[in-house]
Amino acid sequence: MSAAAFPHRVCPATGLKVSTKAESLIKVNAVVAVVSLLVGAIAALLLVLTRWQAVHLLPAVWYYRILGVHGMNMLIFFIIYFEMAVLWFASTVLLNSRPATPRLGWFSFFLMIAGSALVEWAQWSGRADVLFTSYPPLKAHPLFYLGIILFAVGALTVVGIFFATLVIAKREKTYEGSMPLVVYGAATAAIIAVITLLHGALIYIPTFLWSLGLIKTVDPEVYRLFWWALGHSSQQINVAAMVSVWYLLSALTIGGVVLNEKVSRSAFVLYVLFISMASAHHLLVDPGFSSAWKIVNTSYFMYMAVLASMIHGFTVPAGMELGMRLRGYTDGLFGWLRRAPWGDPGFSAMVFSIVVFGFVGGITGVTLGTEQINIIAHNTLRIPGHFHATVVSGTAMAFMGVTYYVLPLIFQRKVAFWKLAKIQPYLFALGMLLLSMGMTFAGSFGVPRRHWDISFSQAPFDVPFNPAVDLVLAVMGIGGILAVTGALSFIAIAVKSVFFGEPVGTWQTGTDVVGIPQGLTRPPVHAANVDELNEKLHDPARGIAAATPGTLVLVGVFLVAFIVYYFTNWKLLSFLWRVG
Amino acid sequence: MLTKVHTGLDPVPGVWWKPAHKAEKVWVAIAFAWCMVLFAMMPLWHWKGGQNPSGVRRRVDPQKFFARTMEFAKQYKIGDDRGIPIVAPPVGAEVYLTGMTFQWYPILQLQAGAKYKLHMSSLDMNHGFSLFPMNINFQVVPGYDYALDVTPTAAGDFRIICNEFCGIGHHTMVGRVIVVDASGKPVADNASAVVRDREAK
Ligand code: HEM
Ligand SMILES: [Cu+2]
Repeated sequence: MSAAAFPHRVCPATGLKVSTKAESLIKVNAVVAVVSLLVGAIAALLLVLTRWQAVHLLPAVWYYRILGVHGMNMLIFFIIYFEMAVLWFASTVLLNSRPATPRLGWFSFFLMIAGSALVEWAQWSGRADVLFTSYPPLKAHPLFYLGIILFAVGALTVVGIFFATLVIAKREKTYEGSMPLVVYGAATAAIIAVITLLHGALIYIPTFLWSLGLIKTVDPEVYRLFWWALGHSSQQINVAAMVSVWYLLSALTIGGVVLNEKVSRSAFVLYVLFISMASAHHLLVDPGFSSAWKIVNTSYFMYMAVLASMIHGFTVPAGMELGMRLRGYTDGLFGWLRRAPWGDPGFSAMVFSIVVFGFVGGITGVTLGTEQINIIAHNTLRIPGHFHATVVSGTAMAFMGVTYYVLPLIFQRKVAFWKLAKIQPYLFALGMLLLSMGMTFAGSFGVPRRHWDISFSQAPFDVPFNPAVDLVLAVMGIGGILAVTGALSFIAIAVKSVFFGEPVGTWQTGTDVVGIPQGLTRPPVHAANVDELNEKLHDPARGIAAATPGTLVLVGVFLVAFIVYYFTNWKLLSFLWRVG
Repeated sequence: MLTKVHTGLDPVPGVWWKPAHKAEKVWVAIAFAWCMVLFAMMPLWHWKGGQNPSGVRRRVDPQKFFARTMEFAKQYKIGDDRGIPIVAPPVGAEVYLTGMTFQWYPILQLQAGAKYKLHMSSLDMNHGFSLFPMNINFQVVPGYDYALDVTPTAAGDFRIICNEFCGIGHHTMVGRVIVVDASGKPVADNASAVVRDREAK
């Protein structure tokens, strides 16, 4: 059982072996992720102040340019660099292992940096005013496409090293039995990443050649098909990574348990199986595809990926509830929630991530992705309203939450500006919720996304929007300002902690320490007789609601909200002109 | 038959394929049933519902499509507005609409309650057809003819917003659709239809 010797330190909090080489790779990727977040957040502020028509800050050219910058820096760079850090972390630290080939890891990292630098240059210099989707025949400078290709090759290599590390850990027996659920989830994210990035290669290489003039055309519809096989499947990477982070934070903050490995792991497998169909819901009102194709694909073959998310949506909170109950928080339906550590930013970020992702992002996503309902949503502000509740409030917020643990555990620094850190998740979540709802309502009035001027002052015909639009855009604007404040606070905390932070040192278990999350100062350990307690809670004589009654109520509320929202949209659709 | 209590950070010794507890089974069953409802709604709406994005779709040469649109406009032109022809095709006709940077061509005049076959395509970039204030949206892709049966429900003066980014003048791309009722109202060049007067500025 003795692992091969490799340079490492032993984490005082968890007892895990932290490989020195992997640790530096985790650090650089996390730092670049935060830098991208900074660029993206400044862009976000400028955008939100432009779309808020009463403010209308940027001139047209800069609005479209900054929109491209925001999409690229947030959705691609911030998220993917962070995921690289997650892959290094999950395959080495959580498995007590050394990384497979750290040198190739550094090479991939610099490849990704070179790629990002080319993209930034092309966008800021106005050579790629094509937004991040770059639908042909819109054409950007060749180096823009090359930059994306380099970035993707680098990322793909890191995914390869991740798998190699899993093999090493298995062979060197750094852990016993099956890998932990969190690593399993990260592995599904990595498998999806391979499928996704291959689609990316399939479309960006011809487009690159086209921009060089080497091939004559790229079919716009085929491009959209493949681009979204990259663009949306990659969202499934984010979902799998986010759900893994939920399980991780739930364990660290409140001792959340895994109810049943079979159920949770099968749900991850469903993500992998149905992922390449994800492209379709971007093409529901496109001319290139038949209805049968659209229906089968947009539903990921009968909503099997939705089923997977609904399963996690139960097992994660139920695992939290059970973990808390087993630690003695048994009062009432929701005592476990009320008495949870709401002042631990890792915990609050996780809860908001779950709630906003599920209730807002998930419900709107399934509804908008319905073949016919898409007619009243396609390319309106309802779409960014939806995904700022999924990838932003869900994935980005989960990543922020886990950072509060990465700072002391990996960077070995106390979390700076501790008071601010405690409220940061609240600020970001509230802001995002308002932004997302403002966009969604504006979109319901037909306000388009990606549009500089909805007063249409330079258009030949007027478009008199309902006056309520001004109101909901103001909600979006205020929400956006709050969210950007939340994001900038996060950046300030991360940068201060990493570069000027106080070393964590040692601490006394059971006393609060400023700058160290509660999950570390008061680790949520389970009592020795926990299996016995668990057996008792699950006694069949006590009925099915005995172990996790609170969660059953919550998922019931969720289901009702889902049903109401879904059928309301069908009703709205039925008022339109007849189209077919 | 429960697994030993553990978190997602612990490796799992032995076999993890163990039966789930009742509550999880019930939730998975409910979720599965709901997924089937979600799925069934789409074919059902094709069968019973009035709004479907199906239509006829075929590849077309963008230049040829635009030529066809101009021919159509010439054939049924009844006036013009801002230099763009107003075209009133007969009930049931094949209707052509071309998106180009940064204009929708031509202006259509349709009759409420009548059915038309609306062909949409683009001369250059991707465009987004967004009928205001109905909020009906379709993607308009160069090289593809998207032909949908449409039946306007009530008279009015409608706009077509372009809602796919097509270049720097994207936000100026607005078209017009007039739907008249049996008494011919509103008329095409009707001043009560709020149309911005550029010359007046
Ligand atoms: C920090 C707070 C944020 C604010 C206030 C914000 C706000 C906005 C606004 C106003 C738009 C423009 C919508 C339009 O005009 O069509 C936008 C677009 C977008 N945002 Fe954000 N955003 C934030 C964070 C993020 C994050 C963290 C991500 C990704 C992880 C993200 C991904 C996107 C994407 C992909 C687009 C679409 C770009 C396009 O249409 O080309 N945003 N956001
Ligand atoms: Cu446009």
